[in-house]
Amino acid sequence: MSALATSATAPKRRGRGGSLAWMAVPALVFFTGFGLVPLLGVLVLSFTAWDGLGDIRFAGVDSWTTVLADPGLPHALWVTFLVMALSWAVQTPASILLGTFLANHHRYRAILSVVYFIPLLLSSAAIAIAYKALLDPNFGLGAGLQIPLLVQDWLGDPYLAFGVVIFVVSWQFIPFHSLIYQGGVRQIPRSMYEAAELDGAGRVRRFFSITLPQLKYTIITSSTLMVVGSLTFFDLIFVLTAGGPGDATRVLALDMYVRGWQASQMGLASVIAVILVLVGLVLALVLRRLGGRDTSHSQLEGA
Amino acid sequence: MGLPLGAALAACGSSGPTRPGTPSGGGGGGGATYWYLSTQPQEGVRTRTVERFNKANPNSQIAGTTFQNDAFKTKIKTAIGAGQAPTLIWGWGGGTLRSYVQAGQVDDLTSWFDENAALKDRLFPSSFGAATIDDKIYAMPCETMQPIVLYYDKRAFDKIGAQPPQTWGDIMDLVPKFNAKGIAPFALGGQSRWTNMMWLEFLFDRLGGPEVFQAVFDAEKDAWSNPVAIDALGRMQELIKADGFIKGFSSITADSNADQALLYTGKAAMMLHGGWTYGSMKQDGGDFVSGGNLGYINFPPIDGGKGDPSNTVGNPGQYMSISSKATPEQKEIAKKFFATELMGDQAVKEWVATGAVPIVKGADKEFASSDDAEFLNFVYNIAVNAKTFAQSWDQALSPTAAEVLLDNIAKLFQLSISPKEFATNMNAVIGK
Repeated sequence: MSALATSATAPKRRGRGGSLAWMAVPALVFFTGFGLVPLLGVLVLSFTAWDGLGDIRFAGVDSWTTVLADPGLPHALWVTFLVMALSWAVQTPASILLGTFLANHHRYRAILSVVYFIPLLLSSAAIAIAYKALLDPNFGLGAGLQIPLLVQDWLGDPYLAFGVVIFVVSWQFIPFHSLIYQGGVRQIPRSMYEAAELDGAGRVRRFFSITLPQLKYTIITSSTLMVVGSLTFFDLIFVLTAGGPGDATRVLALDMYVRGWQASQMGLASVIAVILVLVGLVLALVLRRLGGRDTSHSQLEGA
Repeated sequence: MGLPLGAALAACGSSGPTRPGTPSGGGGGGGATYWYLSTQPQEGVRTRTVERFNKANPNSQIAGTTFQNDAFKTKIKTAIGAGQAPTLIWGWGGGTLRSYVQAGQVDDLTSWFDENAALKDRLFPSSFGAATIDDKIYAMPCETMQPIVLYYDKRAFDKIGAQPPQTWGDIMDLVPKFNAKGIAPFALGGQSRWTNMMWLEFLFDRLGGPEVFQAVFDAEKDAWSNPVAIDALGRMQELIKADGFIKGFSSITADSNADQALLYTGKAAMMLHGGWTYGSMKQDGGDFVSGGNLGYINFPPIDGGKGDPSNTVGNPGQYMSISSKATPEQKEIAKKFFATELMGDQAVKEWVATGAVPIVKGADKEFASSDDAEFLNFVYNIAVNAKTFAQSWDQALSPTAAEVLLDNIAKLFQLSISPKEFATNMNAVIGK
């Protein structure tokens, strides 16, 4: 309410620079209501013991010590990190190549880009259910097509299950990142390529010497989305493997759900939620640092 | 105070007729609300039972809302925690009911059952165990009993020329024979975890009797380290190492009924599963059930085991509690529903028609006219003859302990932890 009141008077008092501040109000109100307030609630809950049914009991740092002493936490952190690192390592090269490929103006490429886009239109749960059915060792794709190589214990072997998660995540999100890279590549001035061509640079040389360096900020944007986004992978993994086999694919978000809803320990789940938020913030900051230092620096020298 | 909203929400998804003009109480609609599971054919029985009640009692209406199984579990817990529970709280009793009781969210029905002794007497006594917390009854047992039984495919046994197992030793002998013929000895939906748990429930019981798990339930220190428990866990891993289960069982879920499909398509020879799978195999399995290929036995004894081979485990019933936050009018309607239609004669008939055994004494009279008379009698006799009808572990324990249990069972079946490690991990959550 106070935010609304001050912003209403702001334009009169301030000069031109402040006159647009009120435009941030709707976003700010939403962010406060749906972002900050729940976050504070979770922070408070992390210092309580609550089973979701009875009274909320203040428990001091009990939940924190329990979670931090639990070997499940470093494991979940490690799995989360692996999912993050591997899905980034698979998605980034593939997306850059696909994005560059799709950036050229050819009709067949336009059609392909529509086709590539399809996985992004599907819900994660639907994708997970479909893959689960396809990978079923007895009634799935391998058994149906009589290809023994495809008949594996896909979701039952810890390594295979992990690989499947990375594959499905990549399959789902490469289209999105390709789109970002496509836009990035199209913004590179043609003159750069023309100059390089005159200098006798080949296709590969041009890619590594012009396209890649020019995509620096696009790579940072896309990587931030991938890395921070990977912290929230829940629906897909929950439906696909439910964190299994054992706890081989139990990422932080899943660990939080299991502790909160399945084991009825909201205090512990809130601790994990706070850790999740902190990890996400730190990652976003680090990635900004990596690229955002000197935004004034021109990338177009020589263009 | 959240009740009017709860009632309004329930009315939105109502499947039974709600009468907006029903006069009772002030403000919001005074009818009782009831949430239940949407799986057929059970949903139909529940819906028709409520409809009959509403027709017979124009002034006491129940509004029903259906939910999908897993959604229901989270939804009802959230609603109860938020003080917006439906009047009738449906569930599986045991540990979850205990958590409702501890939070003061459900009414004590002990004195009501004393007043309605005839009704109490009509139901199977074994079904009251999971409704009783600290010697008080907090739920009315209802619907059907679902013991876990050992199903087998007669065609598979003909192929290897063997008889159904009489002992645990027979099971271990059958494993290499089936594997040699390219048939998996047992189907298992291992990703669901509770499917694996049914095996341990029987191994514990047949080796040491119900006392072994009772000690865990009673929160005795280090109860999982009982040598019998370690022996049972070891035998479990022996069967897994001998390829007793279908290859890739950890990738298979029970929700998709893929484990049952393995049995009726002839890919697996046997399956340990709940009584409810009979109905779905009959529906999905073509002529597998109707052609007389499905066999069923109680879990065989183990040589040297102390447990009574008549014992069984599973769901001794379903349970219906009354929310303590409901209005007096709503509670009256709920009690009237309990006393009349919930397990009335027509409801019993309809439950039998779904291929399940209602928890009512003498329900076997209704079996004769059913196509499934043989199976129904088999289940009924298991329930009548069982010295103990133990509740599924994950239902009996608190949600916190149950989650740790299922997690460790999955790891035990992965062979990634030993029986001793399993016991250590589980001892840590005893009584939690």
